Amino acid sequence: MTQPKNFGFGEEAALLKESARKFFGENFPTDMLHNMVAGDPTPERMSDCHWNSKLWQQMVDLGWTVLAIPEEQGGVGMPAVAVAGLVEELGRAAFPCPLLPTLSATYILTACGSGGAAALEEIADGSTATLVMVNQQGSWTCTDTPLVETEGKLSGTAWYVQEARKVDRLLVCARSDVGYSLYWVDSDTKGVTISPDAIVDLTRDQAHIHFDQVQVTPVNSNAMAVLEEAFPAIWTLYAADMVGAAEWQLQTTVEYVNARQQFDKPLGFFQAVKHPLVNVMVEIDEAKSLVYNAACAIDSEPEKARQYAHMAKASASDAAAFASNRSVQFHGGIGFTWECFLHLYFKRQKHSQILWGDGPWHRAKLADVLLGEVA
Amino acid sequence: MSESDRKDTSEQADFRQHARDWLVANPVAEPGERLPQTPLEIMTEGQLGYLQAWQKAAYDAGLVGCDYPEEVGGGGRKDCQRVANEEMMRAKTPFMPNVIGLGMAAPTVFYHGQEALKQRLLPRLFSGEDIWCQGFSEPGAGSDLASVQTFAERKGEKWVINGHKVWTSLAHFAEWMIILLRTDKSHKYEGLSYFVVPIRAELGNSVTVRPLIKITGETGFNEVIFDNLEIDDSYRLDELGKGWQVAMTTLLHERGAGELVTPRSGGLKSKSSHANNTSSLIELARNTVRNGATAAQDPLLRDRIMQMVIREKAFEFSQRRSRVPALQDHPMRLPLQNKLIMSEIAQENASLALDVEGAGATLYLGDENAPAGGQWPLSYLNSFGFTIAAGTSEVQRNILGERVLGMAKSK
Repeated sequence: MTQPKNFGFGEEAALLKESARKFFGENFPTDMLHNMVAGDPTPERMSDCHWNSKLWQQMVDLGWTVLAIPEEQGGVGMPAVAVAGLVEELGRAAFPCPLLPTLSATYILTACGSGGAAALEEIADGSTATLVMVNQQGSWTCTDTPLVETEGKLSGTAWYVQEARKVDRLLVCARSDVGYSLYWVDSDTKGVTISPDAIVDLTRDQAHIHFDQVQVTPVNSNAMAVLEEAFPAIWTLYAADMVGAAEWQLQTTVEYVNARQQFDKPLGFFQAVKHPLVNVMVEIDEAKSLVYNAACAIDSEPEKARQYAHMAKASASDAAAFASNRSVQFHGGIGFTWECFLHLYFKRQKHSQILWGDGPWHRAKLADVLLGEVA
Repeated sequence: MSESDRKDTSEQADFRQHARDWLVANPVAEPGERLPQTPLEIMTEGQLGYLQAWQKAAYDAGLVGCDYPEEVGGGGRKDCQRVANEEMMRAKTPFMPNVIGLGMAAPTVFYHGQEALKQRLLPRLFSGEDIWCQGFSEPGAGSDLASVQTFAERKGEKWVINGHKVWTSLAHFAEWMIILLRTDKSHKYEGLSYFVVPIRAELGNSVTVRPLIKITGETGFNEVIFDNLEIDDSYRLDELGKGWQVAMTTLLHERGAGELVTPRSGGLKSKSSHANNTSSLIELARNTVRNGATAAQDPLLRDRIMQMVIREKAFEFSQRRSRVPALQDHPMRLPLQNKLIMSEIAQENASLALDVEGAGATLYLGDENAPAGGQWPLSYLNSFGFTIAAGTSEVQRNILGERVLGMAKSK
């Protein structure tokens, strides 16, 4: 199969991206974000879960959580490039909400076939969900899941669960008698204990979740194949979030170095400042092209989706780290303070960079595809 | 699947079929001697003759100058040069020798020359019969191009040129030169004018071409000294004092950011030629043994090779994204990155290849035991030509920082 010249990024996708940008710009400027999430600078603070659930409800009403669900299952059936465009704007706004985990869940549930239909219907009705799969060592491989299901009862503790306090459903991957299966669990089911983590990122929440003999029925009993199919979309969306956030970091920093004067010149006059910011732009543009290519592959070149998504997530993770680093450095003293908004993006980027595989992790996987695995 | 298979217009589709058919029916013979890696290192008449014959054949088949009007020797088509390039790339035809002519002189003459001049010069430029060179840099004017001092003094309808140009690729074979000259010493930018000058006929008299030897050991670029060369005023492009604006047209196209797509051909056909890309790098890594396993199995090298693959792919996809306005923040943001990224990817790729080769990377072209015929050390050395020429990477970063990101000018 071949990709269309414009990545399949048509008028509808452009409108969605534009309206998302407007939505965040008008409803949730960065100072509002800072007021909401950065009230307590104490390093030992317990993570609060600050977010604007009223705005979130508007996003749900706009249909943003069901964009990727096929029409015949109650969704909008937008192509992945359109979803990536929306998520780029989400990242630019660093908006705290369960959109990424819920969109991720829709890709997984769609890949589940008929078993995922009931859960997708709940999301179409406004439910939100997050993937529960990772062990305490932070393995992104589903066969390392710390959870076990025997005779319909789920046990164990899973870690690094995203937006756990914002969602109402858990999409759980556990080892079962038949291999690895996926389960759809209400987060307030008896036996489920959500323990929030104290995390660096102020725009997200994260938890570890203990399951004590929780009664479950599988939605799919071939989790390895399902996740293999869905992960390219998940990696690509996290990469899109980082590209949007990095663009905010770049533009904010450029604005600052154009305004701030030292030695009778704006900082941007000096090549020690100007050239690294150009390098940040180049890295963002590389990541961005890789993101839209990977998203387009999900829509129209599925046999390449996996390798292109590895490229996108690796590139975006590195670009995010670089943009974060330079943005704080070039703001000088003010960039090192809590009151400057930069740290919100710096921390969100670090979180996104790590989640579902950082640069080296994705390059190692890509090398297995392109160079063959090392015995 | 490749870029070329993405949807064509009907004109492009017909033209693609024509190009494909012609390329199959007219395979190019192997060269009689080792070809250099790029046209900028053509050293012998034999190399030049072989490559000129290829360019002429391609021009006669309509694969060169496709998007220029027929009146100036072009194909009169719309957005077909890209198609021709893709098909020549696919057919692995040799590169074209008149690279300065096609990439820089042609668009500049086309946008700024008088009609009669275009009709006279462009057909023989496209066919490769007239080789062109570019007289911009001088010993005292490199990154600060507008400080050129080579002077044209008006004498009636004539101009008399005196001065010294340098780094002039292909001048030793060139019939014509595009040249940036000072016509007024009292204004830096408005004192510049732009001409085309015939240099071949005056060689040894008022024009001296002296070859310079590159760090690779190859020749290909020269210094050119003008000692009272007289030319006609009809060779001026655009108005007097507009030289800097005309030079911007040249530079924009040289950096791959111009309106007209440059005719480009593969250069990968001959066994002796060498592709500095990640496919060659991966092949090298698979065939190089280090510490008892292949380099392709070394975890550190795998990571670095994947970084190269990712950058190379990103560049390819950025070309596609640059034609989707909805996915761009600034219209020149991607085009102005082309030259910087292309040249730096080539440099990093060759440098990594040397790390993959290990001890073998000490061996050069003349050593029969050199891996890949010693081409990788040549590629790495040669790569600096591209990060320096046509505006150094540092100048490119100034341009991007100032024109795209709006930061204060560094001059």
